[in-house]
Amino acid sequence: MKSAPPLPYWADVILLPVINLLAALLVCGVIIAMLGENPFSALSVMIKGAFVYPSSLGYTLYYTTNFIFTGLAVAIAFHAMMFNIGGEGQAYLGGLGAGLAALWLGADFSPLIVLPVAVIASALFGAAWAFVPGYLQAKRGSHIVITTIMFNFIASSLMVWLLAGPLIQKGQQSPQTPTFDANAFLPKFSELLASVSIDVARSPLNLSFVLALAALVFFWVLVWKTRFGYELRAVGHNQQAAHYAGINVPRVIIITMLISGAFAGLMATNEILGVQHKVLLNFTSGYGFTGIAVALMGRNHPVGIFLASLLFGALFQGGAELDFEFDSITREMVLVIQGMIILFSGALAYMFNRPLSHFLASILNRKQAVNE
Amino acid sequence: MNDFMLQFLLTIDATFRVATPLILCAMAGMFSERSGIIDISLEGKLLAGAFVAATVATTTGSAWLGILCAILASVGFALVHGFACITHRGNQVVSGLAINILASGLTVTIAIALFHQGGQTPPLGRSERFTPLEWPLVETLNQIPAVGSIYRELISGHNLITYIALLAVPVSAFIFYRTRFGLRLRAVGELPQAVDSAGVSVAWLRYRAVIIAGILCGIAGAYLSTAQGAGFVREMSAGKGYIALAAVIFGKWRPYPAFFACLLFGFLEASSARLQGVEIPLIGEAPTQLMLALPYIMVVVLLAGFIGKANPPAAIGQPYVK
Repeated sequence: MKSAPPLPYWADVILLPVINLLAALLVCGVIIAMLGENPFSALSVMIKGAFVYPSSLGYTLYYTTNFIFTGLAVAIAFHAMMFNIGGEGQAYLGGLGAGLAALWLGADFSPLIVLPVAVIASALFGAAWAFVPGYLQAKRGSHIVITTIMFNFIASSLMVWLLAGPLIQKGQQSPQTPTFDANAFLPKFSELLASVSIDVARSPLNLSFVLALAALVFFWVLVWKTRFGYELRAVGHNQQAAHYAGINVPRVIIITMLISGAFAGLMATNEILGVQHKVLLNFTSGYGFTGIAVALMGRNHPVGIFLASLLFGALFQGGAELDFEFDSITREMVLVIQGMIILFSGALAYMFNRPLSHFLASILNRKQAVNE
Repeated sequence: MNDFMLQFLLTIDATFRVATPLILCAMAGMFSERSGIIDISLEGKLLAGAFVAATVATTTGSAWLGILCAILASVGFALVHGFACITHRGNQVVSGLAINILASGLTVTIAIALFHQGGQTPPLGRSERFTPLEWPLVETLNQIPAVGSIYRELISGHNLITYIALLAVPVSAFIFYRTRFGLRLRAVGELPQAVDSAGVSVAWLRYRAVIIAGILCGIAGAYLSTAQGAGFVREMSAGKGYIALAAVIFGKWRPYPAFFACLLFGFLEASSARLQGVEIPLIGEAPTQLMLALPYIMVVVLLAGFIGKANPPAAIGQPYVK
């Protein structure tokens, strides 16, 4: 088989992901048509739901915030050639950290103390939950994919036990903590803007969005502008070479997983401190797994991750509209779209590589021939 | 004492009921993983099988047609996994994850579109399900004290699919260790170059492995919705595919140890259901959440190398490039 000519950089970074995305959407469109609905009207309902109604942009950006955090968590591990599937469990534990800080300090201290402590606690708890898989990968060679999957389930059992037991609100049946003191609420944008008398529609979008944007910048600086980032990428490219270059590989692996877990844990600042104001069962609702799709689509780069998070934010918010407008399709369609995107831009990422590169090469060659 | 004996027998009986899908999925995972293909998509194939079995059973009235279509659906997903991992050399974990998410989205979406019952299928009647098989002589043997109850609770009265699962273990072991196909399958998971240079197609071997995995997961799915349960409910696989994967690893990728791991994990689940809210002397309330998490904790401890060493197939997760 003739090997394909290399794909130009712009095609690899922009054209190929777009083609993969379109292929995924095409398959989903066919599925929607087979269920008896019009895929184009479904698409327009979703776009309207995600951007056009007064509060919809706020909701879209609220989901986007979650995906930025979980996407960064997956991406930083990818740069070290590790697959952290444990974002879900790490975010869950992050919620526990934020919740404990909020419940413990909320009543007695001002928001200026409570909120930073709660944010740091969510990152620390997430990092702690990623530490064991990271340590076992670095020191004992235990496969991180399996250990992080197992830790998701362990986190789930632990949280059921905590929320139905020691942390449950007295006299309540449903497994959740009491509501936090208002000092531990992360302010919403609609409230902040209302206080300077700008009126926007109410939405769950809160200050954690700014934190997410800061995390994107932090990620870029860390990976490409620091010595640790260099070591991280060196380990990702070739562990042996990194080792011979004097890089302490186990240390890099453990620290990377700690940062990854911290990113995932920070997702709880949006869900727990910003919106729910209490810790409840399964508040992560799969956002940790969506982070994998975000990282794959965003090619592990902050700009890509932001765009992919926005796409998934729009999908989740727009998907909720499907329930109201159609008989046969519901918001679960978003899961199908998400699965297709992971399949096409992850597992089948290079399916279109060969045909596309042959096609581009033939165009470029023809141009050259004409010029000559 | 007799009461304790009966309680114990009932728990063992429940263990087999709970362990049936685990055993089938674990054997499925074994085929796939021994051929070098990581299979975290057991969960998705199981869920798809459960949904299709219930849907077909309720529309045609035939449980057999249900299980057949469940197998086809599960093999369909397996082929997608194969297409991504074998033909296009994609990341096997990513592909498995995509299948799991697709299965959980598609099952609910199609169920809502077909039945408008919030993602469930209508409840299945007795004739549309696999019901327990009563073995002959139960009443006669019941007269004999111990043997009678053991025969009644443990040997007789299970579902056909439970017997299939129990049979799948020796059959898998035979295929792995006593047939040419099994030898090649194990070889392709360890050193695919060797198999290739012997003139055997690596891709076709691996495709056959994932297809077998699909068949077994389809049967397990049909068990969930048309034997153990009476209809499909959303997310009814509830992590069983992952527990089966844990059992494969805990059994160090060998059929009989994986089978015993399934029984152990099934026993933990069955007894935690019985011990819900029960006070145990000295311990206090039974730690059922801990018991449910124990399979996962045990796998982590095993992978950490504290109870023996678990060596996965050498070529697992690596696409084969000539």
